[in-house]
Amino acid sequence: MSSLSPPSKKLWWNEPIHKTELMWISLVFVWGLIMTFMMPYWHVVGKQNLGTETYKTTPKAFQASTEAFVEQYTVRNEGPRNFPVVAPPAGGDVYMIARLYDWWPIVELKKGESYRFHLSSLDMQHGFSLQPANINIQVVPNYEHVFTLTPNASGEYSIICNEYCGIGHHLMIGKLLVVD
Amino acid sequence: MVNNEFRTCPDTGLKFYSSAENLLKVNAVAAVVFLLVGGFYGLLVGLTRWQAVHLLAADNFYMVLTLHGLNVLIFWMIFFEIAILYFCSSVLLGCRLATPRWAWAGFVLMVVGAVMNNVIVLQGASSVMMTSYVPMEADPLFYLSLILFAVGALIGCFVFFGTLVVAKAEKTYEGSVPLVTFGAITAAIIAVFTIVSGAIILIPTFLWSVGVVGEIDALAYRLIWWAFGHSSQQINVAAHVAVWYAIAAIVFGARPLSEKVSRTAFLMYIVFLQLASAHHLLVDPGVSANFKMFNTSYAMYLAVMASMVHGLTVPGSIEAAQRARGYSAGLFTWLRKAPWGNPVFSGMFISLVGFGFLGGITGVVMGAEQINILIHNTLYVPGHFHATVVLGSTLAFMAMSYWLVPVLFRRELVLKGIAKWQPYLFGLGMTGVSLFLMGAGTLGVPRRHWDIGFAGTGGITHEFPAAAYTMLALNGMSVILAVIGGAAFCVIMVGTILFGKKLGNQKMAEPCIVAPVTDEEYEANGGSAYAIPGTLVLAMVFFVSFALYYFINWKYLAETWGIA
Repeated sequence: MSSLSPPSKKLWWNEPIHKTELMWISLVFVWGLIMTFMMPYWHVVGKQNLGTETYKTTPKAFQASTEAFVEQYTVRNEGPRNFPVVAPPAGGDVYMIARLYDWWPIVELKKGESYRFHLSSLDMQHGFSLQPANINIQVVPNYEHVFTLTPNASGEYSIICNEYCGIGHHLMIGKLLVVD
Repeated sequence: MVNNEFRTCPDTGLKFYSSAENLLKVNAVAAVVFLLVGGFYGLLVGLTRWQAVHLLAADNFYMVLTLHGLNVLIFWMIFFEIAILYFCSSVLLGCRLATPRWAWAGFVLMVVGAVMNNVIVLQGASSVMMTSYVPMEADPLFYLSLILFAVGALIGCFVFFGTLVVAKAEKTYEGSVPLVTFGAITAAIIAVFTIVSGAIILIPTFLWSVGVVGEIDALAYRLIWWAFGHSSQQINVAAHVAVWYAIAAIVFGARPLSEKVSRTAFLMYIVFLQLASAHHLLVDPGVSANFKMFNTSYAMYLAVMASMVHGLTVPGSIEAAQRARGYSAGLFTWLRKAPWGNPVFSGMFISLVGFGFLGGITGVVMGAEQINILIHNTLYVPGHFHATVVLGSTLAFMAMSYWLVPVLFRRELVLKGIAKWQPYLFGLGMTGVSLFLMGAGTLGVPRRHWDIGFAGTGGITHEFPAAAYTMLALNGMSVILAVIGGAAFCVIMVGTILFGKKLGNQKMAEPCIVAPVTDEEYEANGGSAYAIPGTLVLAMVFFVSFALYYFINWKYLAETWGIA
């Protein structure tokens, strides 16, 4: 009787469990509990818990909010695409558009301050990938995702699209600046 | 058509009904063809990612990447799994196949769907990746081809269930079904759930693409698509674990340590895997933290526990069988004396180790709600699933083929010298692919991305560390190794089917199946065979690696920006 044949004992569920198996099952079960516990635990003590605040929106409405934000806080224009660099006050809101194929506008933040990001797409799904901090967030059209980011180091960061969005997907890159 | 003709295999004693035998053959052949096609596309992807080679232009890269995913992740896998289902029902239970005409209809639908899909994508207007996230739109025939394929596969599942009913009614076996068949049943049940989820999302998307439905909500699409996309990988897991047990029985005459534990572990796949679509949505808007935590832990990691149980009981059952047969010295004599030159065994064992250490650990780690922020949509993700689906499932199916194809076609295996090396070559190549993709992903390299050098953006660029470029180059080299290994497998299979020495009713030169270890053999030496210290040591090494890697990633997470 091997695993290719019916079990020798008809009532296989009455068989005793192998000793090593029982030990392993207990260990793995406890490990599962620890891993389950880690997630809520991190919500309490950890500083990296992506916010889930979300609103239904439309490309038009989100574009309008972003334009108002840009108009209010633009400090200069820069870069090959001559994009506005927007410096919102610490603790303030940041609006960012993902669209084929750029991130708009460029945002300038202060190290150690928190900002409420509003992120949405005007067309396809995109992937917000902040490098080299390595923070990755899905961007879905018609949903405005609100979360807080607190930069912990100054410098020039790139926002790369890491959700395939079309033939120019690899051209979709934006900038985010953090100053001291 | 008379459906009661069968032959008894002179090598294995198994009954092959001609109705099932022919379907097994065509499904296995179709599987190998799509593996060859999809593997070739994989080579082109790997050589394009290697920035110094950068083989394809951008539009072709995205098209070929779409084709690669569909051919190997869907078509190769499902054709082979249908063959496994027919083998585990008709052959293992010694029963005629239920409704062979329906089975043929299902097979034809699958072939039509798979071929049509390739043709449509090659026309260039459906480079939407396997996930085809809305609102990105493909040719309507793209969705239709997948629906046809899925309907065919669903018919295959019901033919399998029907065969189980016939076998029970006609009493072709006694007691409970064999463990391997039990595993196949769980795979088929998950397949039905998977295909229904696929229908729920792909049919409206098809209607949307022809203009009947106005809009598909992008977030709802993701939620339901992943109930299809992730669960389809759980079919693979259940099927390849069944194959592991089958090979342990074929090569060692092993039986499970206890039927209860192994079967319960299979059942846990059905009960808990269906929650898994959530862990693709961990950094999505609109999904609550509670939903994420409950579903990504599959309600307390019980499905992970099932895989870890199989990971112990499969080698454990081999150890017990080997000890009962006299290889009882020390901790690892049983493993050292295993037939490492037999691709049936070596393929299975590399699959087991690769799936556990590379695929399993990384999958659980990136499935933790917060850690996913570091990993989502980076190359780490394809790195992970090349360890589960390729190193795990594909290599297990290859190992099974080395045994099944000669038995099924009554032909001697050709190129045995190469077959001996093939699992090692393919395993090494795919281990490299997995590790280097994950390495690049850890450095932030995006998946499904043509050019991380950002030429063509008009001067906006990001400097990835040099190590990222090295990883992609090493990945390209590993892809070449793996493709040589994969091509060798296809050549050996096709060569055996066409040119292998015909066996007729003659027995093979070397016996291809080991007699089951008897109760007396297990009980000899006071039942010492039942102790499995070697496997326990291996399991503990696994556990320590798992725990270390898990907490290291929490540490990485703690170092990035504050996110709330």
